[in-house]
Amino acid sequence: MSDEITNIPAAPVQSFFRRWLTVLGPFLGLALVIIAFSILTGSPEKYLSPFNIRIVLSQTVIVAISSIGMTIIIISGGIDLSVGSVIALAGVVTALCINAGVDPIFAVCAGVAAGGIVGLFNALAITGLRVVPFIATLGTLGIARGIAKWIAGQEPVNVAPTWINELVVTFPDPPWLVLSIGVWVAIILAVLTAVVLRRTVFGRRVFALGSNEAAARACGISTGRLRIWIYSLAGLFFGLAGVMQMSRLRQGDPTVAAGSELDIIAAVVIGGGSLNGGQGSVLGSIIGALIMAFLRNGCQQMGWPNYVQEIIIGAIIVFAVAIDQFRTRDSK
Amino acid sequence: MTILSLRDIKKHFGATPALDGVDLDLQKGEVHALIGENGAGKSTLMNILFGALRPDSGTMTLNNKPYAPDNTLDSRKSGISLIHQELLLAPHLSVAENILMGNEPRRFGWLDRKTMNAEARKVLESFDHPEIDVEAKVATLSIAAQQVVEICRAIAAKSEIILMDEPTSSLPRDDVRRLFAQILRLSAAGISIIYISHFLEEIREIADSFTVLRDGRSVASGKIADVSDDDLISNMVGRSVERLFPVREHSKYTETVLEVRELSAPPRLRSAGFELKRGEILGIAGLMGSGRSELLRALFCIETAASGSIKVNGKMLAATSGSPAGRIRYGIGYLSEDRKSEGLALALSIGDNLTMTRYSSCSSYGWLNLTKQSEQAEKLIDNVGIKAQDSEQKVGALSGGNQQKVAIARLIYQDADVLLLDEPTRGIDIGSKAQVYQTIAECAKKGKAVLLISSYLPELFGMCDRLAVMSRGRLTAARPISEWTPESAMRSAIGSGTQTAN
Repeated sequence: MSDEITNIPAAPVQSFFRRWLTVLGPFLGLALVIIAFSILTGSPEKYLSPFNIRIVLSQTVIVAISSIGMTIIIISGGIDLSVGSVIALAGVVTALCINAGVDPIFAVCAGVAAGGIVGLFNALAITGLRVVPFIATLGTLGIARGIAKWIAGQEPVNVAPTWINELVVTFPDPPWLVLSIGVWVAIILAVLTAVVLRRTVFGRRVFALGSNEAAARACGISTGRLRIWIYSLAGLFFGLAGVMQMSRLRQGDPTVAAGSELDIIAAVVIGGGSLNGGQGSVLGSIIGALIMAFLRNGCQQMGWPNYVQEIIIGAIIVFAVAIDQFRTRDSK
Repeated sequence: MTILSLRDIKKHFGATPALDGVDLDLQKGEVHALIGENGAGKSTLMNILFGALRPDSGTMTLNNKPYAPDNTLDSRKSGISLIHQELLLAPHLSVAENILMGNEPRRFGWLDRKTMNAEARKVLESFDHPEIDVEAKVATLSIAAQQVVEICRAIAAKSEIILMDEPTSSLPRDDVRRLFAQILRLSAAGISIIYISHFLEEIREIADSFTVLRDGRSVASGKIADVSDDDLISNMVGRSVERLFPVREHSKYTETVLEVRELSAPPRLRSAGFELKRGEILGIAGLMGSGRSELLRALFCIETAASGSIKVNGKMLAATSGSPAGRIRYGIGYLSEDRKSEGLALALSIGDNLTMTRYSSCSSYGWLNLTKQSEQAEKLIDNVGIKAQDSEQKVGALSGGNQQKVAIARLIYQDADVLLLDEPTRGIDIGSKAQVYQTIAECAKKGKAVLLISSYLPELFGMCDRLAVMSRGRLTAARPISEWTPESAMRSAIGSGTQTAN
């Protein structure tokens, strides 16, 4: 009898190849893009010059910081379409605060907080009003954009120069930083979030929620409260991205970043995130954001028109998800 | 020692009473079966015990203290866990994370992975499953191992009472035996179990005592050894079931409708051949995973056959290519064993579901004639005995038994010549079962040919004219039912003609 009980059939083992594809896939993709454009541009020393790499990294900051927040949401099985509008709103709020004579550091805090408040609003709509995330955040996409235009008086808010304007410059001051402060902030936040997702109870519950919500609830996890934390936290990331956007434009533009939610979601998906929840990684999402940034930069260097970039990026998204399907097909 | 007692529990949903006076006494370390037709209130009772619902009135006493959980967290803290019909695991997380989900060991919010893995390992070892890797992702485990993980979660939560809601409904026979061994082990360790199941044989095998629910009331309880199956059934349905299976006359038809030769669809289905006549019911017995479902799926082109031949009404069909739509045109109808994910569109109305396979009969030039559709649907609802408000009602709102009747009524509407039925009575109550059997018998009487797969041997013996057994992907020759006994069928199924199993 005991023989029979212990003799449980062996688990189907995922093939070595497939497992590594998960981890290395985004890296391979990035390498492929870089190699391709090094060859295509005919001057790898220019494409891969420290100067160009700095430009690409600075360009990635906004999408990268947002994709960190988006990763948390997508792992939990949710989605946030309002991110582009939140970036604009946070930028406008920061700009208005500076113009009102608020100390820049508090202006930054206000911008970040604006993102957090929209996130909290999303979470309450989802958990309290029981609106599905797609629709709830589609609603705030409009609401946040509208508020941004309203408080900005329908035109960009120009700001007096402060240190905020230096956050994502190509050449930082002091020079020993090598990369701009914004890039460093993105790197630090990415590492921190990756650790939190992996090593904290909160992080594992985010995965549990996305992997099987019913199971999480049956285990006494308060899924509503967890969602409120997830969307609010992600909102803070989006708010910070908005501050970076303002820094880059040196004005709070209420019409900026329209459609960027798709880039951000694409970064997460290219990086291995699953829209069904339970899967995704911050590292992957950052790589996903880099893939798109290097691609854009490469296309520009080639002098290709904008539509070529759009077609290529669209194809890459489909391709990345197709690879993911192939990877998970037999593990069922 | 009584660990849990319920007195006069009542619960209404709007005007409908779901529970209308339930008493139940659970002893320490016993396996207590909760029996009743679908809709009798078993799930509502489980949800009340588990804190997901609150009773309107009545008292619950746990360990001589009043018990009134506000939510599922409360009930877990009080030592009550629920093992659901479908496994509730997070497939992307590790075994240890699943076992300790909800009470993860932590230090200032940081996950203490080492302690977590050690605790999970301890629970698995105490349950004699040290071979399950606590760091493996649950998605990579077999179903049997996943069930172990789910049970270990209940143990890790220091449960005194485990509620099991039809835990065997999705398990192959081997795993059922393992589960039973585990239940015995739990009860030996002093853990009490409330066990819901439709299978009386199962209950006989595993339970010590029982409570029968009918229309939201507890109508009988006692030691399982003291009652007969007939008593249990008559308590469940409130009347004695004269005959579960309809009386069938000998078929007057002689023409062969379906001829299948050497059909194979690797890896599960290796070789199957049979003939099916009008008015005949051919049963196929076999274990889960033996290839019996794949036979039906290959016939209906849901899975692609690798070789073989299929002849319907004298016409050869391409066995290795085609589509379900094509099969429907040739008069074949298929009932999936998984009505929720494959059979019915739960969010659509009964009318839409019934007419889905043959919209042509209630539409012209692509426009649906809604009056005609609802007329035809209402007629079928009456014929098959579906309990529903009207044809507009969503299928998802029906009980399991009535959903299944909708699925079968659709085949009648389709007017298929050949009915491929995969477990038509799985998970439905006895009253609905009798109606489903009646419907199948009527189809046969009208000259339809029926291929009936079932895990439940009495059903095959009660319904079929002939029986064939699927074992490891091979189908035996079909023989008249009178030449089989349940024992010989089971022997063929486990493939122990000469050598013994195991």
